[in-house]
Amino acid sequence: MPDQLLYAMEVTLNGLMAGVLYALVALGFVLIFKASGIFNYAQGVMALFAALTLVGIMEGQVPFANLINAIFGTEIHTFGWQVPAVLAIVLTLLVMILLAWCVQKFVMRHLVNQEPIILFMATIGLAYFLEGLGDLMWGSDIKKLDVGLPQGLNATIDDLTYGWFGYGFFIDNLDIIATVVAAVLVIGLTVFSQYSKQGRALRAVADDHQAALSVGISLNYIWVLVWSIAGFVALVAGIMWGTKSGVQFSLSLIALKALPVLMLGGFTSIPGAIVGGLIIGVGEKLFEFLIGPMVGGATENWFAYVLALLFLVFRPQGLFGEKIIERV
Amino acid sequence: MLDDSRTSETLLAVNNIEVIYNHVILVLKGVSLSVPKGGITALLGGNGAGKTTTLKAVSNLLHSERGEVTKGSITYRGEPVAASSPSDLVKRGVIQVMEGRHCFEHLTVEENLMTGAYTRSDGHAAINADLEMVYTYFPRLKERRKSQAGYTSGGEQQMCAIGRALMSRPETILLDEPSMGLAPQLVEEIFTIVKNLNEKEGVSFLLAEQNTNVALRFAHYGYILESGRVVMDGPAAELRENPDVKEFYLGVSDEGRKSFRNVRSYRRRKRWLS
Repeated sequence: MPDQLLYAMEVTLNGLMAGVLYALVALGFVLIFKASGIFNYAQGVMALFAALTLVGIMEGQVPFANLINAIFGTEIHTFGWQVPAVLAIVLTLLVMILLAWCVQKFVMRHLVNQEPIILFMATIGLAYFLEGLGDLMWGSDIKKLDVGLPQGLNATIDDLTYGWFGYGFFIDNLDIIATVVAAVLVIGLTVFSQYSKQGRALRAVADDHQAALSVGISLNYIWVLVWSIAGFVALVAGIMWGTKSGVQFSLSLIALKALPVLMLGGFTSIPGAIVGGLIIGVGEKLFEFLIGPMVGGATENWFAYVLALLFLVFRPQGLFGEKIIERV
Repeated sequence: MLDDSRTSETLLAVNNIEVIYNHVILVLKGVSLSVPKGGITALLGGNGAGKTTTLKAVSNLLHSERGEVTKGSITYRGEPVAASSPSDLVKRGVIQVMEGRHCFEHLTVEENLMTGAYTRSDGHAAINADLEMVYTYFPRLKERRKSQAGYTSGGEQQMCAIGRALMSRPETILLDEPSMGLAPQLVEEIFTIVKNLNEKEGVSFLLAEQNTNVALRFAHYGYILESGRVVMDGPAAELRENPDVKEFYLGVSDEGRKSFRNVRSYRRRKRWLS
């Protein structure tokens, strides 16, 4: 096989893996959107916040250390203990559930029956609030996250492909794990939302708040549930991205990459988020590889958005989105 | 009129309530009514008379629309409803079918029905039995069970909304404007089913309706609301024969049917506002 083709195959595979990571973030958006009709601008910041909290707990950081030191003139920074990764993940999940409860209590319950755009604005506010809160609690320096996930070249694939093609593919272990995790998440969440009673209630709330209230569904409970799930997905995305590129502010910007993914896949479809993520991942890598050299490179920065624009023009509901029901 | 076989036990009692929206808009100015067990009680009146508001005050759906009961009280089985959430009320047996159907568009008809059973905890078997019961009353829903509710016809959506409420095993259904936007034949069909449900399943209804003619034929007792007040009440049969009701709401008078233009000048008779 010619080298060029093999290289293209490797690029495609890597694109698929990167796509999975986009999809993970997009998944959080879809969940909240499906369940409450809100486009949750804060999803990316939630991933950042979750990752920050996880690192903070693992390293025994004192929350609000800088604030406390500034007020009381103390010099505390850490509790001096290390928390094992599994326990820290559980604790972080609890923090995310607490956050979900707060969002419901202080934001959502006051906005029942409001226009989607108002709810959207509320999530923008939430995003900035969380960003500040994360900084204040855990400090703003770049942190390394290591929960024990394997990273680096997967030797088995390298050997296998070398045996087949005489060319070893470079696939990152972390990407493989992300793929498995994403697959499990998607299957789990799809089963939950399609076949469970709470899942059905969730979709009912998304369709019509008032009607959901009228049949006895407690909006407050559903919202805590939805935001908790979104918090959980944010945590998973935060762990993957944090492990890959360190926990830092730019983590929250991956949310922007999730936008084109959603436009492609459709805002309401869980499989759509995955397929959209894969298409964007592969598309931008291949595009960079094939067309990039002709236009001077750096196409990865804009390829996804151009693709999303095209979709908005020709298929606004995305590949898998629900058709907009309009009866006349 | 209530038959002798029916008990006169009062389920729902609304005592002189006043409802204000947004702290300033006074919508109900002292409405009192009672719904007996096993009856169909009609709440009649034109647009903006306060029918929907009355129902929402009972089911506690007012809060989400920034409405508030500022005076008077509402009791169900003698106990106040003010502190109960809509979900508690559904558990207590009071459920509202909202005006304009409000089906969950993206859910299938069957999923819509199943959401009605959200508050129940008596197991799959009982819920599935009730699903079959709903399908026997509304065979059309069974045919369309797998369709997205948003794509079904207006009549089917109304049936879906009533069926959904039935799935909660209610004692009382607050049915708001079931005839809205439906062909006369369908209105007849839906009211017949309501009557059947009332007689065979023992469900009590508080029915808000603009279509006075149909409502008074199927109801046992009626209240007429105008500008947030009850201006008249009585057994349905008597209301149907009442000359004022005939003239204002049924469009007939002693001299036969009149055009609406001629009726209008009589609208505000003194004794109506007493």
